[in-house]
Amino acid sequence: MRVRKIDVLVVGGGAAGIAAAAAAAREGADALLIERNDRLGGVLEQCIHPGFGLHRYREELTGPEFAHRLLGEFDSSGAEAVTGCTVLEVNPQGPSVVAASPKGLLKFRPKALIWATGARERPFGALRIPGARPAGIYTAGLAQRLVNIHGLLPGRKAIVLGSGDIGLIMARRLHLEGVEVVAVLELRPFPGGLMRNVVQCLEDFGIPLLLRHTVAEVHGKDRLQGVTVVEVDEEGRPLPGTERYVEVDTLVLSVGLIPENRLIEGFVPLDPLNRGPVVNARLQTEVPWLFAAGNNVAVFDLVDSVAALGARAGTFAARYARGELPEGRAVPLVRGENVLHLVPHRLVPGVPTPVYIRVPHPLPRARVSIGGVVTRNHVGVRPTEMIEVKLSGEALEELAGLPEVRVEVSPA
Amino acid sequence: MRIAVIGAGAVGALIARELTRYEADVLLFEREADVGWGVTKANSAIVHGGFHEAPDTVRARFCAPGNAMYEGLCRELDVPFRRVGAYVLAFGEEELAVLRELQAQGEENGVPGLEIHSREEVLAREPHVNPEVRAGLWSPTVGITEPWTVAIAAVENAVANGLKLHLAEEVTGIEVRAGRVQAVVTGKGRYPVDAVVNAAGLFADRIAEMAGLKEPVLFPRRGEYILLDKAASGLVRSVLFPAPTEKSKGILVLPTVDGGVLLGPTAEDLPRGAREAVETTPEGLRRVVEGARRLVPGVDLSQAIKTFAGLRPESPQEDFVVGPTVVKGFYQAAAMRSPGLTAAPAIAKWLACEVMASELSLSRRGSFNPIRKGIPRVAELSEAEWEELIRKDPRYGRIVCFCNRVTEGEIVEAIRRGARSLDGVKFRTRAGFGRCQGGFCTDRILQILARELGVEPEEVPLRDPSSPLVMGKVRP
Repeated sequence: MRVRKIDVLVVGGGAAGIAAAAAAAREGADALLIERNDRLGGVLEQCIHPGFGLHRYREELTGPEFAHRLLGEFDSSGAEAVTGCTVLEVNPQGPSVVAASPKGLLKFRPKALIWATGARERPFGALRIPGARPAGIYTAGLAQRLVNIHGLLPGRKAIVLGSGDIGLIMARRLHLEGVEVVAVLELRPFPGGLMRNVVQCLEDFGIPLLLRHTVAEVHGKDRLQGVTVVEVDEEGRPLPGTERYVEVDTLVLSVGLIPENRLIEGFVPLDPLNRGPVVNARLQTEVPWLFAAGNNVAVFDLVDSVAALGARAGTFAARYARGELPEGRAVPLVRGENVLHLVPHRLVPGVPTPVYIRVPHPLPRARVSIGGVVTRNHVGVRPTEMIEVKLSGEALEELAGLPEVRVEVSPA
Repeated sequence: MRIAVIGAGAVGALIARELTRYEADVLLFEREADVGWGVTKANSAIVHGGFHEAPDTVRARFCAPGNAMYEGLCRELDVPFRRVGAYVLAFGEEELAVLRELQAQGEENGVPGLEIHSREEVLAREPHVNPEVRAGLWSPTVGITEPWTVAIAAVENAVANGLKLHLAEEVTGIEVRAGRVQAVVTGKGRYPVDAVVNAAGLFADRIAEMAGLKEPVLFPRRGEYILLDKAASGLVRSVLFPAPTEKSKGILVLPTVDGGVLLGPTAEDLPRGAREAVETTPEGLRRVVEGARRLVPGVDLSQAIKTFAGLRPESPQEDFVVGPTVVKGFYQAAAMRSPGLTAAPAIAKWLACEVMASELSLSRRGSFNPIRKGIPRVAELSEAEWEELIRKDPRYGRIVCFCNRVTEGEIVEAIRRGARSLDGVKFRTRAGFGRCQGGFCTDRILQILARELGVEPEEVPLRDPSSPLVMGKVRP
C-alpha cells in the first residue's frame, strides 16, 4: 500500500471540507482533500434551488453556484483533491488514514486530520412505521438526487413526512415537476425548517402543512398505494379516531439528519445532544490532531455557517501541523436552560469565535446569555433557526477568565 | 428423466442442487422474480440446535443432522455461517424446569454439548442480558447464516451443474394420470416430467391440491422483526431465546452474520388466504420491543434501521410434510416451518439421494461440482487480497454502499449472476442493507443496473415490474 505524508488531510468534499482544505493551504500547509463521490461539492450539487451564500458572499446563489464559488477559492489555494476515494479507517493512535479508490488502497499520514463527513438522513426503517415495504418510499435527499441529478421522477402523487428544510424544498421541487404534492406532515406543533422555506416552498404553491400529523401506516405490497395519516397529541402519540387514508404513490421523508462520525466515534468524545465531536473554538476535538467541521459536528441550518467552520478548522489545523498551536487553557461552555445544540464546547483565550445555539422548543421572547457577560434579547427563537453569537475582544477575555461559561436561553 | 422442483427457497434450492448430482433434467420453478424471496427472505436466520423439537417429530429427525451439515455446506457454497451458540434464558424456577426439559429433549434428539449455565456464567458470556436471569441452557451448535444466500448459492451451484431455472413462472397445474405425475403446467407452458418436488413454501398446499392431495393444510404465521444497526453489535454474542411457549420459540435477540442485531419474531396466526400479508403492525412491533427488552433491557431503538415481517408456513400438526406420496412421482418438502432452514440440507440429502434416487433409479453423473464461489466481499478481504482485486478490476476500489462497504465491482458481478432489481443486488451484496438503508446508494445502484442491463433507469424495479422505483423523467 502506498503511503503518502501530508500536512493536513481533509476527509469529505462538501462545503466544510472544501473550505477547510483551501484555508489550510492558504495558511501554508500542504493540504489534501479526499471525497468518496466522483465530484466535489457534497450535497450542494443536488440543491439547485436558491438561498445559499447570503452570509458568505452577500448574494443569493443556488447550491451548485455556491459550490462553484467555493471551488474557485479551493483551486486558487493550492490544495489538492482526490475524488472517488472512500476512507475505511482512522488509526486512533495517530493521524493515519486508510482509504479505498479505483487506484488501490491508499494510506495517508497527515500531521493534522480534519473530519468533514457531513450527515446522513434518518431512514424510513428507523421510524418503525407499520405496513409493508413497497417501492416509492424515499428520503428527501435521495428523492432530490433522483430528480435533480438523474432527471428521474420518483412518482406521480406524493406526501412529505417531516418539514425539515429539505422536505420543504422537495415538496416545491416535485410540485414544479408536475407531481401532485398532497401535503407536508409535521409531528411537532411547529415546522421543522426555516420560516422562509415554509413560505416560499409551501404557502406560495398552496401545499398544505399539517402540524401535529404523522404517517401511521403505509399501504401497498409492490408500489406504495397510500398512507394512513393521523393526528398526534403533545407527546407525538397518534390520536385514535383521526386516521384517514390518503392515496399516494410516493412518500418522501425529511425526518432528521444524523451527523456521520462512524469511523471516529470509537475514540473521540462526542456530544450526545449534538451527536458530533466535542470541539473547542479552533474546531479541535479532544484528540489534538483531529479537527472537525460541518454537519458532522452538529447539523447546521446554513451552508454559510458550515463553510465558515470549515475555514476555521483548516486554518487551525495548518497551524497545528506546523507545531504552532500551543495547547493553551480552554474554558468549557456548559449548557444551561433551553440549549439543545451547542458549538463549540470550549473557548480558547485570544480565539474569537461564533457560538451556535439551537433551542429545543420555540420561545416567543428570549434572553440569550453567554456566561452572563454577553446577553442578547431575541423575539421569537425557534428550534429551526440557530442563534449565532460572536465572541471577541474584551467580552471574550472576560469569559476566558471564568472557570466555566454557562450558555442559556431564558424566556423573557 | 425430468424432474421439476417447485419453489426456489432454501428448501427447493437445496433439493434441486442435490438432484443435479444425477443423470436427470432438473427444472426449478419460482413464482417470484428472484431466488429466495418467500419464506427464505424474512426469518430469524438461525441454524437451530434441535433441542426445541419433540423427539417424535419429523422436525427432530432432521434438525440436528441438518445443523451438523451446515459447516460443510456453507464451505462448499461459500455462504456465511457462524456457530455462535445460543442461550435459552430462564427467569425464575419454573422456567429453569423448562430448561431441564429442553436439555433432556435435546439429548434425546442427539444435540451435542447442551449445558445449563448459572446466572454468573450467562452474564459473563452475555453481559447485557437482563441481570434477573436465573440460568441459561447453552447450546454450542446453534449458528447463524444468511438464508437467502443459502438459496442463491445453492441455485447458482445447481445451475452450474445443469439445473434450468424458471423465475417468475408460477405453477398453475400438475397433471396426474393413473396415480402418476405426468406434467407440470405453468403460465408459460406445459412441461412433461417424471417427478415433482413440492417445495412451494406458503403455497405448498395449493401445489399439493393440484396433484389431488389433501396434505399439507397450511396457514401463514406472521413474524415481525426489528433490525438494529451494526453499532449495536456489542449487545449480544450468541442467539438469546426466552423459555419457549407452546406455540413458538419466542421473541429473540440475536446477532446477524454481517454484524447487526435482530429482534423478533412475533408469532401471529393469519387466515389461510393471507399469504402475502407481510405488513408489520403497531401491536407486533410493540411486542417485539417488549420481548427483546425482557431478555436484553438495554436494547436501544434509536439504533433501529429496518422493520419487516415474514410469513412461515404452519400446519395444524406443526410438523414438516416430507417424502413420497400416494401419487407416484410426487414428493413433498412442505410445511417447512421452523426449523425448516436448519433441516433443509438434511431433508434435501435424504429426499434426493435416498428416496428419489432409489424410487426413480437415478444414476450419478460423474461431473458434479459441489463448489460455488461467492461474489468477493471486499469488506471481508485482507488488504492484500483487496489490492489484488482492484488491480484486476478497478471497480472493486469504488465503494457504492458506504455503510456496508460494497463496491461497484461486487454490484456488477451480482448483476452478471442474475440480479435484475434493487433487491436482487441488495440480497446478493448487502448494498443498501446498512444504517442509511439505501439513502446514499439507491440512485447509484439504479444507474449501474440500468447501464449493465442496457435498459432505462425507469425500467429497474425494487423487485419486479409491479414495483417500479421511478415513474418517468422530469420535464425536458
